Amino acid sequence: MEIASHAKEKSRTGHRPSLWRAGVLLSALLLALPILVVFGYLFVPAGDVWQHLVDTVLADYLDNSLRLVVGVALGVLLLGIPTAWVTTVYEFPGRRLFEWALLLPLAIPAYIIAYTYTGLLEFAGPVQTLLRELTGWSARDYLLPDVRSLGGAVVMLSLVLYPYVYMMARASFLGQSLSTLEAGRVLGAGPWRVFFHITLPLARPAVVTGLSLALMETLADYGTVQYFGIATFTTGIFRTWFGLDDSAAAAQLAALLMSLVFLLILLEHYSRRRLRFFQTGGRYRHLQRLPLVGIRKWSVFTLCLLPLLFGFLIPSGQLLIWALSIAEETLDLRFLALVGNSLLLAALASLLTLALAIFLGYGRRLYPSRAMTFAVRLSAMGYAIPGTVIAVGVMIPFAWIDNRLDAWLRETLDLSSGLLLSGTLFILLFAYAVRFLAVALQSVESGLARVTPNMDDAARSLGEPPLGVLRKVHLPIMRGALFSALLLVFVDVLKELPATLILRPFNFNTLAVRAYELASDERLADSSVAALTIVAVGVVPVILLSRAVSRSGGRDAESA
Amino acid sequence: MKSTLYSLAAVWVLAAGTLPATAAAADEVNLYSARKEELIKPLLDRFTEETGIRVNLVTGKADALLKRLQSEGRNTPADLLITTDAGRLHRARQAGLTQPVESAELQAAVPATYREPSGHWYGLSLRARPIFYARERVNADELTRYEDLADPKWKGRICIRSSGNIYNQSLVASMIAHGGEAQSEAWARGLVANLARTPKGGDRDQIKAAAAGECDLAVANTYYFGGMLAGKDPAQREAASKMAIIWPNQGDRGTHVNVSGAAVTAHARNRENAIRLLEFLVRPESQSWYAEVNYEYPVRAGVAWSALLDQWGTFKADSLNLGQLGINNAKAVMLMDRAGWK
Repeated sequence: MEIASHAKEKSRTGHRPSLWRAGVLLSALLLALPILVVFGYLFVPAGDVWQHLVDTVLADYLDNSLRLVVGVALGVLLLGIPTAWVTTVYEFPGRRLFEWALLLPLAIPAYIIAYTYTGLLEFAGPVQTLLRELTGWSARDYLLPDVRSLGGAVVMLSLVLYPYVYMMARASFLGQSLSTLEAGRVLGAGPWRVFFHITLPLARPAVVTGLSLALMETLADYGTVQYFGIATFTTGIFRTWFGLDDSAAAAQLAALLMSLVFLLILLEHYSRRRLRFFQTGGRYRHLQRLPLVGIRKWSVFTLCLLPLLFGFLIPSGQLLIWALSIAEETLDLRFLALVGNSLLLAALASLLTLALAIFLGYGRRLYPSRAMTFAVRLSAMGYAIPGTVIAVGVMIPFAWIDNRLDAWLRETLDLSSGLLLSGTLFILLFAYAVRFLAVALQSVESGLARVTPNMDDAARSLGEPPLGVLRKVHLPIMRGALFSALLLVFVDVLKELPATLILRPFNFNTLAVRAYELASDERLADSSVAALTIVAVGVVPVILLSRAVSRSGGRDAESA
Repeated sequence: MKSTLYSLAAVWVLAAGTLPATAAAADEVNLYSARKEELIKPLLDRFTEETGIRVNLVTGKADALLKRLQSEGRNTPADLLITTDAGRLHRARQAGLTQPVESAELQAAVPATYREPSGHWYGLSLRARPIFYARERVNADELTRYEDLADPKWKGRICIRSSGNIYNQSLVASMIAHGGEAQSEAWARGLVANLARTPKGGDRDQIKAAAAGECDLAVANTYYFGGMLAGKDPAQREAASKMAIIWPNQGDRGTHVNVSGAAVTAHARNRENAIRLLEFLVRPESQSWYAEVNYEYPVRAGVAWSALLDQWGTFKADSLNLGQLGINNAKAVMLMDRAGWK
């Protein structure tokens, strides 16, 4: 059957398969360009700076980055999985609220939460002041752990990144065939036994996907670790590149970082390959949630409240307090323009990124091969690379092309084309696509995985070409996943700073740029209006996202 | 539906993106600025008001702007580059991204130590990096030089930010220029041994930590101190009021200063306008604006300071040509790495 349909298609559509393949490979290559540029620097001799790094700081970078990654991994798993589980199977006060509210921390940029908690917890901040007033202690009578430390960075990043794990795990829990869970229950297994022996193993690929997104973002983080004074690969790259003025050695650090990431990706891929499940039955029914009573009810409530409280309510509350004190000075027409620019960029970038992700993801499904997988994986690595590195990696080749074209036009036609690509918003959108492709691709691929290959075959054997199958079969089934991808990229672009800062055209600012300019000048209160607006604008897609997750379980949105 | 959205998007991107690039012929000047928008835009608006020349602005981190300038090559739209330290200006000059400017007005206004000898860049405002002490616990005469920070008597009593920060790099670069690498490294090791905590946060955080008693001395740029004293946050005002300035090395080379400065780019298309803007920025009214708004010192002599700056008193500034800061920067970073300055 399989063979027959392929043979038929080939004879009918001529060399279309190779076109698809070439198209996918080419776009993947284009998206991988910034990464290849960085690797290209490896061939530039680094001189004695590399030796200097090895002798002095490299061990520190490695050590801190690894600790950070391990810490955040534990943090997001502990915050994300239990909350996803209890909101799926139990009935308790606030459950329906928590379902979407637990995603809210996603709207807060990591560097903003870092600044906010520093302001809250520092010596002159409200927490310590209250403590001193209540106890009558003076400065040297007590010792609180400093939020600006490696442990602090782990907590900050875990608080804003756990929603990735929560979201993916929840979608997986919801999507699991009820008969499996009920079979477990009927056989006498308690909810925890069902959880550890059935649900969690089945959800593993989804959890690993969420985890890998969180960890890639952790490795790419610059704002938080820089402010907390932690020497990681990211800060090391900047220090070497700019402080030591050695791009080759900096690129070697970046390449080392990317190798770590590639390892992560391979791990994730491996875990997914071994567990490839397609839902077969279409029998989805409401899972009867177990009502909880007494102390268990309230402990589950607390379990869900804590991440929400520390990851969203407290930081946005602090931002609000700051913002109220200065709002009238900041809210003007220029501020509205910032909001407009941010929204526009986020909308365009998320559409572009989604289109690319569908193209690449579907192409890889159509024509799975080693080369294809490698190219797609490589192009999705941008998520783990600091935005500045991506930006420069995008700028160098595009400016080169522009300058070549311009030189050629000048010689032949005596015309100047100037900077066609690199002088415009195009390059910024491209950089976003490189940076956030992984996010969209994860959703698209997990969506594609829900479509059984039988459906492809059925549609194809009925004479539908691949594009038609995509449009008529896959996209409708994947609607929820595509919507999630769109919203995730939207929120990410809203928060993005470094690439925006470098690549934006003249007189074009965004909320993130505004918040950063003031915050980096150590004027936290002044930056709060812009920061709070990022959060407020990000909350809307996050709420939509949680609805999409509820629906993607294959059931109707809770109507009861 | 989706495809119309895409084409709409494409049209918008082309329209919004290409307009500024093609409009280079108009009466305007294009600026890449490492000074934040808040700390330059008001002056630019005044310039436009006065001359009718439109100023287009991109702000960003200096290093990234330099990279952008470099990769854009001769097609760069930028006419003028503004940085917040001399090291980056030196680097731009080394990379061939700047061009010399001869202007009697600029040369008269900017003292020789604060500009590149052949006119590749000019300093616009001065940033001093003195030592701050907690009034309650330290006497002003207990130390007089940066070198004293390495004295073991300050063990566990000093706060300074990370060595990744350009102002610390420049400070060490100036010490290398004066005393050589070996001596500076020994100093850095002594300083690291005296730190009260692992470097973290920005300059204001160091002053706050000293005010809170976590340490007794802090090293920071004066305009952060000014921002704290004159700002809206009562906690910061209170913290700053507990601190005072020591101007180091008054008996010898002077206190370390850096400049925020500007260079006309090598491929500037609006060269004349760029020079006019430069000249505008060193005029006395503009110069006193830096002091009023951001508590920076004017580069131009004889310009009135703000009341706050007057209150801190006059000081002797290091007369090293600031190009040296750029020349020694990489050496400084490596030296701090070796000394274990995080």
